[in-house]
Amino acid sequence: MTDITHGGPAGLLGARRGILEKTREWARTNLFNSIFNSLLTLAIAYALVRLAIPLFDWAILDATFSAPNDSACKARGGACWAFIADWGKFLLFGRFPEYARWRAALVIAIFVALMLASSRARLSGKALMGMWAAGVAASVALMYGGFLGMEYVETELWNGVPLNLLLTVGGCGLAFPVAIFAALGRRSRLPAIRWLSIAYIELIRGVPLITVLFMATVMVPLFLPTGMTIAKLWRAEVAFTLFFGAYLAEAIRGGLQVIPRGQYEAADALGLGYWRKTWLVILPQALTISIPSLVNTSISALKDTVLITIVGIFDVLGDINNAMNAPEWRSAYWEGYSFVAVIFFAICFYMSRYSQRLERSLSRALPGPRR
Amino acid sequence: MTGDTRRSIHAAAIQPSWWREERFRSWAFQVGAIAATAIVIGSFWHNALVNMERQGIATGFGFLSREAGFEISLALIPYSPADTYGRALLIGLLNTLLVSAIGCVLTTIFGVLLGIARLSSNWLLRKVTLWYVEIFRNTPLLLQLVVWWDLLRYGAPGPRQALQVLPNVFASNRGVTFPVPNWHEADLWVASALIVGILATIWAARWAKHRQERTGRQFHTIWVGLGLIFLLPLVVFLATGASLDLDKPALAGFNFKGGATISPEFAALLFGLVANTSAFVAEIVRSGIQAVSWGQTEAASALGLRRGQTLRLVVLPQAIRVIIPPMTSEYLSLTKNSSLAVGIGFADFVSVANTEMNQTGQAIEVIAILMAVYLTISLLISAAMNVYNRYMALVER
Amino acid sequence: MAMQETTKSQAAADRPMIELRNVNKWYGDFHVLKNINIEVRKGERVVVCGPSGSGKSTMIRCINRLEEHQKGQIFVDGIELTGDVKHVEAIRREVGMVFQQFNLFPHLTVLQNLTLAPIWVRKMPKKEAEDLAMQLLARVKIPEQANKYPGQLSGGQQQRVAIARSLCMKPEVMLFDEPTSALDPEMIKEVLDVMISLAQEGMTMICVTHEMGFARTVADSMIFMDQGQVVEVAPPKEFFANPKSDRTKLFLSQILSH
Repeated sequence: MTDITHGGPAGLLGARRGILEKTREWARTNLFNSIFNSLLTLAIAYALVRLAIPLFDWAILDATFSAPNDSACKARGGACWAFIADWGKFLLFGRFPEYARWRAALVIAIFVALMLASSRARLSGKALMGMWAAGVAASVALMYGGFLGMEYVETELWNGVPLNLLLTVGGCGLAFPVAIFAALGRRSRLPAIRWLSIAYIELIRGVPLITVLFMATVMVPLFLPTGMTIAKLWRAEVAFTLFFGAYLAEAIRGGLQVIPRGQYEAADALGLGYWRKTWLVILPQALTISIPSLVNTSISALKDTVLITIVGIFDVLGDINNAMNAPEWRSAYWEGYSFVAVIFFAICFYMSRYSQRLERSLSRALPGPRR
Repeated sequence: MTGDTRRSIHAAAIQPSWWREERFRSWAFQVGAIAATAIVIGSFWHNALVNMERQGIATGFGFLSREAGFEISLALIPYSPADTYGRALLIGLLNTLLVSAIGCVLTTIFGVLLGIARLSSNWLLRKVTLWYVEIFRNTPLLLQLVVWWDLLRYGAPGPRQALQVLPNVFASNRGVTFPVPNWHEADLWVASALIVGILATIWAARWAKHRQERTGRQFHTIWVGLGLIFLLPLVVFLATGASLDLDKPALAGFNFKGGATISPEFAALLFGLVANTSAFVAEIVRSGIQAVSWGQTEAASALGLRRGQTLRLVVLPQAIRVIIPPMTSEYLSLTKNSSLAVGIGFADFVSVANTEMNQTGQAIEVIAILMAVYLTISLLISAAMNVYNRYMALVER
Repeated sequence: MAMQETTKSQAAADRPMIELRNVNKWYGDFHVLKNINIEVRKGERVVVCGPSGSGKSTMIRCINRLEEHQKGQIFVDGIELTGDVKHVEAIRREVGMVFQQFNLFPHLTVLQNLTLAPIWVRKMPKKEAEDLAMQLLARVKIPEQANKYPGQLSGGQQQRVAIARSLCMKPEVMLFDEPTSALDPEMIKEVLDVMISLAQEGMTMICVTHEMGFARTVADSMIFMDQGQVVEVAPPKEFFANPKSDRTKLFLSQILSH
């Protein structure tokens, strides 16, 4: 079987030898260090070459970057990036009115800026939360319009990437207080509170997101007093909030469990009541510890928001499906899907690297025996 | 300052109040919480009944015995559109369980291999698997399923130009068609021979272990086992003169006749789920193996154990304990994710339920059934994991 | 009015600061405190010693309700310790506790650790709280550490911060639960010095400790506990020179031998 390395040293001797020598040395250790590995390397290299060259041809060499319909692309046999060029704005923004598209683009820019700021700048927890809250509020305001000369746009037309971003951040944001209460409730000594929290968390975690979405979109109108309606988008947001809340609660509970009992006792001995103690001493520590989990949950949340397509609201995936129904671009599905895939990959990959960095720096900073 | 507070304390201390007793307070709080929840749920319930009556939607589960009236492409037990809604739901549930079961098995195999490959000493293999894992983990599952579906529908050729993957196995845009053996009586002997082979292997393994404990001599159980499981039925097969009578698919007109077909939807769902979940399993396996400290391997080598033995006897048993809990939640995740079938047109439990919801309008009952069933499946899987966990827990002081 | 005041304070002076009457506690079936009867007067310094598992930590943790007693009564400055939340809160304001594991809040600076309770429990303005905190940090001889985080301090410094944190609440009584047991030997002295200076200023103290040198210097009364019972109570001179009970003798021989 293949050799397993788990942390052991790999040899690379002779720092003074030339580059060629070094490369050969490296190749021998890492690619050809046994018969099995040598064959494996050759097989993989062969497969990659067989895949990479046609892929390159398709994506770059034979690709059509600008054309009115896909017959030109078919003629050349390569990728139809012209489809993206033509429909790119629709893919990103959906049916959001053309004259208001700058608002939707601004919303995307706000979120990108928030993500970069969170991962780069050193900000306190409160500043960070305030920043995100302000960003979400501004985004919702921008999307709605109806003030300052911006036309009102109904939620039905909120499509595309801004929708995914809003649903994720809005959903996780609203879910956060729910999650905190559920996590605290789950650890409560009071049986009724504990069982209510367990019921909520386990019910949501035991069912697929799609059922929660159905439940919210279909059942919420029935639960409200007759005549009262909520836009479908907000019903879906309720579903996401409930859903993310349960998962965030589990992440926070992990953080709560790590806090030593002595912290609770010291706060008690100082005379702090339950809520003061929780707010000032326990939660700050628990939330800091669970940040990597929380970030991972948010990344999953972003990916989960595409399910909104199934209940009839068009996010970026829904837009692709719509766009591909256009007769001129019937065969351009690869291009469309890779466009969406790249967007998600960029965001999720970046955030998951950030979360790994966080985890490493947190484990170094955590209180422990003095080294 | 202290004097003031002390005086006020004593003023308070004169009458101990029952309503400030901690026990009373906790009971009051709990009763309040339960009451609030009950009120909220109660008002929802009331509104729902009122609204449903106004809109003329029926209540109750009677609709389950009404005629369904729609087709289902894959039915493990006999079904026709004349059957009831209840039966249709059952068909959907069986489909979900089928996809989940096969998916979990394939994911385990593929995911473990990927996880071990992530730690290989071969740089190329490590990098390729790294990119696989990153791509499949950072893109939405629904998107992946849609891509697989389109690949199998549009990317595959029509039946007349179907790819012949293996002799008599065809891949086309109608799905994957493969031959199905016709059942003969003699096959019963072959099946029993297989069972006997498996049992014999288990018995041989235990015997070999005891013998090793007593005398130290090692036994190549694995080869004997393979021989028993594969060769024994083969021998019986040839001895009974049974022939491999296959119902072979043959091109007739525009489609295949004979054999069995898995629809592109089913294949897309299965491959999509397996490809996606294996990426997560690979990371779990990798970190599980890495969690076993390097000192363990060093100690094992110092004792003279070979690489393969170290893996089998020292590293993997410890790694498994770390791996099993997150692995089971991946199984759970896969089962829940199979519900995305509704997005690619496969008739799983959620799809069928969705159809029924649209036809009868009885959303609350259908969704209640949906959630109850999934909750039961989740609880069963979690319970199984807890039992296994306790069984495997390291004995500690 | 003035007459009533003087009689009240007279009564207060006569009444013991801390009183335990027939206190019993069980952990499940295990009887951990058996009929404890103790009186501590204002200004008195009491050292509680005994083998591990004797219940001494449990006993003092009952005094500020970190543990609950099932039978008997506990009075702190005349207030009975029951389930009444107001009483518990009042008592916790008056009783300070120093833990073996320090239990400083790692996410707050030293200064913030000290000002947290005065601001939120005694409702002090922030400036006043910080002035008080700096005073007490100077008192425990580490004013320069005010803006550091607990993780950056040595064990001895952390424990001194913990003492200062309790003192910020201006307690009437200080409870010490093995305050030096988790410290490296070279840091024990600095903490004991702080405790001695506290004692010299007249603070009522109950100390669970193994430091017999400290006990001899500071204690007015030694309490020896074994297997959940108070075995012997005596001033240190008598306690060390003429222990009455055999169990006390055995314990002293073990602890004083090295």
